[in-house]
Amino acid sequence: MSSAAAPRPSRRRALSQQLGAWLGVAPFFIFALMFLILPTVDLLIGAFQDHQGAFTFDNIQRLGQPSIVASYWLSIEVSAASALFGALFGLALALAVLRGGLPGWLRPTLMTFSGVASNFAGVPLAFAFIATLGRMGFVTLLLANLFGFNIYAAGFNIFTFTGLTLTYLYFQIPLMILVVTPAIDGIKREWGDAAATLGANQMQYWRMVVLPVLWPSIMGASLLLFANAFGAIATAYALTGPSLNIVPILLYAQIRGDVLHDPNLGYALALGMLLITGVSNLAYILLRSRSERWLK
Amino acid sequence: MKRGSFGAWLAVALGVIYFLAPLIATFEFSLRLKRGEYSFEAYRLVFASGNFQSSFLYSAILALVTIVLGVMLVAPTAYWVQLRLPRLRALVEFITLLPLVIPAIVLVFGYIRLYDSSSWLPLTGSGFGTDVLLTLGYVALAMPYMYRSIDTGLRAIDVRTLTEAAESQGATWPVILLRVILPNIRSAILSGAFLTFAIVIGEFTFASLLNRPAFGPYLQLVGATRAYEPAALAVMAFAITWACMGLIQVIGQGARGSSAGTR
Repeated sequence: MSSAAAPRPSRRRALSQQLGAWLGVAPFFIFALMFLILPTVDLLIGAFQDHQGAFTFDNIQRLGQPSIVASYWLSIEVSAASALFGALFGLALALAVLRGGLPGWLRPTLMTFSGVASNFAGVPLAFAFIATLGRMGFVTLLLANLFGFNIYAAGFNIFTFTGLTLTYLYFQIPLMILVVTPAIDGIKREWGDAAATLGANQMQYWRMVVLPVLWPSIMGASLLLFANAFGAIATAYALTGPSLNIVPILLYAQIRGDVLHDPNLGYALALGMLLITGVSNLAYILLRSRSERWLK
Repeated sequence: MKRGSFGAWLAVALGVIYFLAPLIATFEFSLRLKRGEYSFEAYRLVFASGNFQSSFLYSAILALVTIVLGVMLVAPTAYWVQLRLPRLRALVEFITLLPLVIPAIVLVFGYIRLYDSSSWLPLTGSGFGTDVLLTLGYVALAMPYMYRSIDTGLRAIDVRTLTEAAESQGATWPVILLRVILPNIRSAILSGAFLTFAIVIGEFTFASLLNRPAFGPYLQLVGATRAYEPAALAVMAFAITWACMGLIQVIGQGARGSSAGTR
């Protein structure tokens, strides 16, 4: 074999390898295009079309009608409440188990349970809370029989805003624990020693070292929780039926039976949802990359 | 320090109450079907129901097909990205995260509009076509978890050396993928598979809006019409989720142990 001819076959081989690699990833991109991107883009286009398919802003404007605005607000309130309390309790629980000087076996237990509970959502979760806090629920009867305290007489109802938020917390708190744990692990014990050496008390150490480091993670995780709740439907639908008109349930009814009497308005409704979950998720990703600086 | 410890115990105690109470309550509730005594009658009724059996079987089969398709789609992609197309990594990762960004209900709405019976690919025009669409939708829903599992698995092994060693023995790339790479990331694939199963088995939104007789819509229907059976079903659903997550842990530990042993 001549030395001049040698590079050519190897270059050709590199080229064919490269081509092979592109062919290898082609199914993935075709799949993503057909079952993620095109269906979504098609809806977004529909949001800007009238019945004849001509361009219009009319659908977007009609999202401003009171019933739809009320739906969005209710959704935002439920998602924000469950994200806020989920983040708060999740953070407290994670800090307690990781940094509270508790027995070591609690950590793997908490992590495993969080993995299970953050995936225990949907219809069965609604059943569990009806069995717990419904009118005939275990806890409802327990409180009534033991303490003579009837939570329904006191105004509580599982099929309402409060009930739904309380139910969502069952997957929101564990999700918070899973997301925030790496950030808490990133806080080095040496920082506490360093702060103590510099004369900081425990309070100052938490306020001026731990919180600023954790803050992007906490904010990011809260946004993730918000988006998580905003897109959820199965739990809410099984719990309250169509009575609590959050956006996903309105959209469900629209897809099922065109309750808005206008398919294009339905597309606009979906666009609004996507915008809200998209922005929250994007902010989460940005904040996460910011907080990862401390985790190295 | 002591006070901090008290606060920590308090947080854990409250957490235990909040997370255990619904489990105990649901179990207790599920036993109440017969008046005046505890019995497993609700479970018996559920198991005896033809709709339970057929919908569970339907969803289980769909979950298995989803897992196979998901692995076939994600494993080669993650492999090629790792080996030869690292500059695509960010893009591929972004795409695999899309199903978490796009709410399921929006995605299925898009499917119904794009693949309706008068479209270029009328998947929703027939029962089988809708099954295919539902399965592919589940592949999309499970992709974030499947990709992360497999990608983590691939990063833990030396893909380049394994590939070059196999190539020098004259192996073609399907052989390399199937007989060299896949066996080495078996535990990663299995954890992705169990997570996929846990997601698909009770999924409601896709199945309900595509009108398929899956387990999720069956659950919802029972919830709307019966009193004690839903609690029994919730106990079962929790057990299934727990089993899937538990198996992932066991596999993870087993893989770590065995790879240390072979080295």
